[in-house]
Amino acid sequence: MTVRVRVIPCLDVAEGRVVKGVNFVDLKDAGDPVEQAQAYDRAGADELCFLDISASHEGRGTLLDIVQRTAKVCFMPLTVGGGVRSVEDARALLLAGADKVAVNSAAVSRPEVVKDIAERMGSQCVVASVDARRSGEGWEIFTHGGRRATGIDAIEHARKLAALGAGELLVTSMDGDGTQQGYDLQLTRAIADNVGVPVVASGGVGNLQHLVDGVKQGHASAVLAASIFHFGTYSIAEAHEALRAAGISARG
Amino acid sequence: MAEALALIDYGAGNLHSVNNALLAAGAERVAVTSDPDLVRGAQRIVLPGVGSFKACAEGLRAIDGMEEALTDRVVRDGIPFLGICVGMQLMATRGLEHGTTPGLDWIAGDVVAIERTDPAIKVPHMGWNDVSPMRHHDGAELLEGGEAYFLHSYHFEPESGRDIAAMTDHGGGLVAAVARDNMLGVQFHPEKSQAFGLSLLARFLEWMP
Repeated sequence: MTVRVRVIPCLDVAEGRVVKGVNFVDLKDAGDPVEQAQAYDRAGADELCFLDISASHEGRGTLLDIVQRTAKVCFMPLTVGGGVRSVEDARALLLAGADKVAVNSAAVSRPEVVKDIAERMGSQCVVASVDARRSGEGWEIFTHGGRRATGIDAIEHARKLAALGAGELLVTSMDGDGTQQGYDLQLTRAIADNVGVPVVASGGVGNLQHLVDGVKQGHASAVLAASIFHFGTYSIAEAHEALRAAGISARG
Repeated sequence: MAEALALIDYGAGNLHSVNNALLAAGAERVAVTSDPDLVRGAQRIVLPGVGSFKACAEGLRAIDGMEEALTDRVVRDGIPFLGICVGMQLMATRGLEHGTTPGLDWIAGDVVAIERTDPAIKVPHMGWNDVSPMRHHDGAELLEGGEAYFLHSYHFEPESGRDIAAMTDHGGGLVAAVARDNMLGVQFHPEKSQAFGLSLLARFLEWMP
């Protein structure tokens, strides 16, 4: 056996509450993040991800408090992202109990921040987000929840972030996010085959076959999903089982 | 009075996660400390560590008297010791991450980069993987087979196979745990390994080597 493919539920958080974005607009409130985190810990999730989607507009105190309370009761790796712009932001989250920080917009405007955090805190704690949309023959990096185009080629950007010291890439198709039509497998694969670090596939999961496809066709090392787990459509155990049934190494 | 467990704070750990997990595993009193005198009075020691070998070794040595206090208590006095991730790697003779850095040299060997033998093998080795205890080893009383969370780009290669307590597999065998006498070092993160990790910590808290 080798390292298991990780199944990662992702909780979008705003103002201390869990929300689920449908194409990053139209938010539905769905509960207390710490309680949800505990439920996923009990269910055997391989990791958990909090994305603070309101971080650019609001104070970060709430998020730090949530991370701290989660770390007291959950014994699985926790990635926290949203509004991480500096080594200081990263340090505050890691001290609060996060194991990794995801850097999104700042990794586009100032990619060196990835290097700064990796050098000070280690590559293992830096997840660099690659948020992309299809554009002509390739993919283009978008920021601000998929609203702002940058003109940056996604594959080149991904290679650069890995070279700067990111320990992992979180690849999100902004076209697919919230659609439940499956990952952008070509995008995921183009990046996974071009970097030496693990790639997490994200954006668009609607069923368990999408998770399998993310690994088999997208070459992802981990699969992230939100609503299929939050709304109870599938359990973590069912996700693990579907992966194993497809001949993929998974827990359970 | 509960026995004193020292969790070493040297600016290089996910200290709170380890502290939370020790408490959840049943520790009555954890002294999170950077004071060598407290280490000298401890009955049990946990050394965490994340980041690079070099940064962690430098952090430990930046505390006056800490390395001596640890070595006296663990090697001379033989109290139970648990090293986690880079805390385990620091038990080695030296680390080769960002140049060559001397370790504590409690278990002879080097900490070297994981080789990518195959493009499908990603580094860091990140995620849940097997912990396969070596049957003959004394450390087997603490280690049980199962799945634990790993996160590392370098791995410990002990000179003697007798110091290897458990293996894992990521494009070839990697050492998952080293042990000798009263010392146990685990490459994985028990504090992030749910029930498997908490039960290992619970057994460590009761360990009388």
